[in-house]
Amino acid sequence: MSNHHINPSRWIELYSDYLFNYTISRVNDREIAKDIIQDTFFAGLKSMKNFKGEASERTWLISILKRKIIDYYRKINSRKGQAEVRMTYNTDENEGDWLEERVEDEGYLNAQETLENTELGNAIYDCMDKLSERQATVFKMKTILNYETEAICNELNITASNLWVIIHRARTALAECMEKHWFKS
Amino acid sequence: MLKLFLISKEEAFHICDKSQYQESTLGEKFKLRFRYLWCSTTRVYVNRNCKLTKTLKSSNLECLEHNERKLMEDRLNEQLKNQM
Repeated sequence: MSNHHINPSRWIELYSDYLFNYTISRVNDREIAKDIIQDTFFAGLKSMKNFKGEASERTWLISILKRKIIDYYRKINSRKGQAEVRMTYNTDENEGDWLEERVEDEGYLNAQETLENTELGNAIYDCMDKLSERQATVFKMKTILNYETEAICNELNITASNLWVIIHRARTALAECMEKHWFKS
Repeated sequence: MLKLFLISKEEAFHICDKSQYQESTLGEKFKLRFRYLWCSTTRVYVNRNCKLTKTLKSSNLECLEHNERKLMEDRLNEQLKNQM
């Protein structure tokens, strides 16, 4: 019997930020990350019938997202590869140079750091899932998007003291959760 | 004179929260430090809060802007409607 249910109408609310954080750490481009996530949601809609409910909805979406990220890299690598052959590595003398350039690739050296950041990011998002929707929205706007207090108050129609109460509760809950699930492990 | 620097625990927490976003004044910071010296509950809260800020900064966390999320939602809803 399946334990999990699928509900696409709540995907954006529940998973868009989590998927966005996951994707941007792998593609390093905001616009591309948004496109990949949108594609993931569309692909999820198309293959909804295949959802067996054995894994959570988020895990299922992540598995689709991973394939989308691989597709993206396959696409740009095939384009990039063709360009390199045409433009740079067109003589026998230069053959093999590309390998050294790859070894020196800074992006490759930072892979471990990126992975750790993603894991930490995922842990924070897991803890944020436990906040109320209001708390999560205010917290994200203030802490991640770095909005001014006044801008948040105007957009959400709340007072500054309301905002600080929400921030206080969110921070307390997050600190407790991180203490339990991240710092102790 | 001493009364000027005395603040409640709640007030100390509030100043500490504002400090995480560089929104507390010099006077408030001074009051918080004073309370930090003798109140263990404040010390626990401040240390925990600063640790959280440090962790959040090191994670380079990203999220969608409100309008980006809205656009994504509209597109998904449209696709959902077409599929039904």
